[in-house]
Amino acid sequence: MSHATAPSHDADHAEGHGEHYPFLAHHFDTPEQQFETGKMGVWLFLATEILFFGGLFCAYSIYRALHPEIFEYAHYYLDTKLGAINTCVLIISSVTAAWAVRNAQLKQTNMLVINIVLTILCGFGFMGIKFIEYSHKIHDGLLPGHAYHPAEPVWELPIYKAKYGEEGAAAEGGEHAATGEHAATGEHGAAEKGGEKAPAEAKHTGYVKPLMGPHEFNREPRDVQRFFSIYFCMTGLHGLHVLVGIGIWVWLLLRARTGEFGPKYFGPIDFAALYWHIVDLIWIYLFPLLYLIH
Amino acid sequence: MSDSKNAGHDHDHDAIGHVTPPGLLLLVGGTLLFLTAVTVWVTMADLGRTGNLIVAMVIATIKATMVCTYFMHLKWDKPFNAVVFASSILFVSLFITIALLDKSDYEGDIQEMNLLEGK
Repeated sequence: MSHATAPSHDADHAEGHGEHYPFLAHHFDTPEQQFETGKMGVWLFLATEILFFGGLFCAYSIYRALHPEIFEYAHYYLDTKLGAINTCVLIISSVTAAWAVRNAQLKQTNMLVINIVLTILCGFGFMGIKFIEYSHKIHDGLLPGHAYHPAEPVWELPIYKAKYGEEGAAAEGGEHAATGEHAATGEHGAAEKGGEKAPAEAKHTGYVKPLMGPHEFNREPRDVQRFFSIYFCMTGLHGLHVLVGIGIWVWLLLRARTGEFGPKYFGPIDFAALYWHIVDLIWIYLFPLLYLIH
Repeated sequence: MSDSKNAGHDHDHDAIGHVTPPGLLLLVGGTLLFLTAVTVWVTMADLGRTGNLIVAMVIATIKATMVCTYFMHLKWDKPFNAVVFASSILFVSLFITIALLDKSDYEGDIQEMNLLEGK
């Protein structure tokens, strides 16, 4: 470690170890002080992140408390399998991120690079699955506001049929698909398809389910589009955080390759991992709240 | 500075912070994956509208606590960081709880308006 050549002033800073570190900013006395300061700053930032997402969780809580039926209906449109896979992908990336911190602390540069690469790959994996999910939603008209034009009601979905059996779904038997805006509802067992093929600016008017077999819903609840406003806001903001995280990891990957990080200087890796864990932590709540509604 | 708990692990005497052993990382990761499977599985059971929600949130909170405690090093950190973090969660909880207190206060007006609009 090269000693500082600057006179008296720096000698004070180096007291204790009698060493001067290239990474040590001049306003810190020791690497530990620099690390603890940075870490506290990151924790303060993470607190603001929790408050940031807190607003969305509050919106979610109020809408769900007021209209539980919207959530119970619309969650069938989400693919639980993809959500669960994404949860596992994020958990695995959290393990590799935490491992990367260990590697940096022990100056295991090769393992550090490997773990950062694995973390980045998991991040891309998560975003890839998110992309598939979003594409399906957009394709099927499962969007917020006036853009909500579902291609089919939930009782036509395979997952719903699997849960309640074919007779629970409207597709088989009976009077089917009266296609008018004011088709007879309920007891006739007619499925209103109003709005499905309407021009884009017309508001979706709601499906009515024939009363046959076991099922949860007589008709599509009002304002299902609210679920998708919340879904896209919450998962979108979360996805944005994953993208930012990937960017940070790529930057640190470039730095890690030079062997810059070691026992005295691993703050950047630790702080990026803390951020990555908080993104994982938020998904841990988003997954059951959006995908696992009973 | 590293405490006595990590004395058994390979680390430099002057190391900053706690070096988490790989076994613990894998154990926590494995438990998180297991709890993910549990929370998916338990959704299939009918515990009532609030029952399922409470179970899902309890499992999520156990997972979140494990992430904070072990992955985020709070177990070995200065308590101040945990206090900062806990305070943010406390205030979000207050925010949501107080916002929920009057959630139904306008429901009557909304229903009335819907009736007037013939919805």
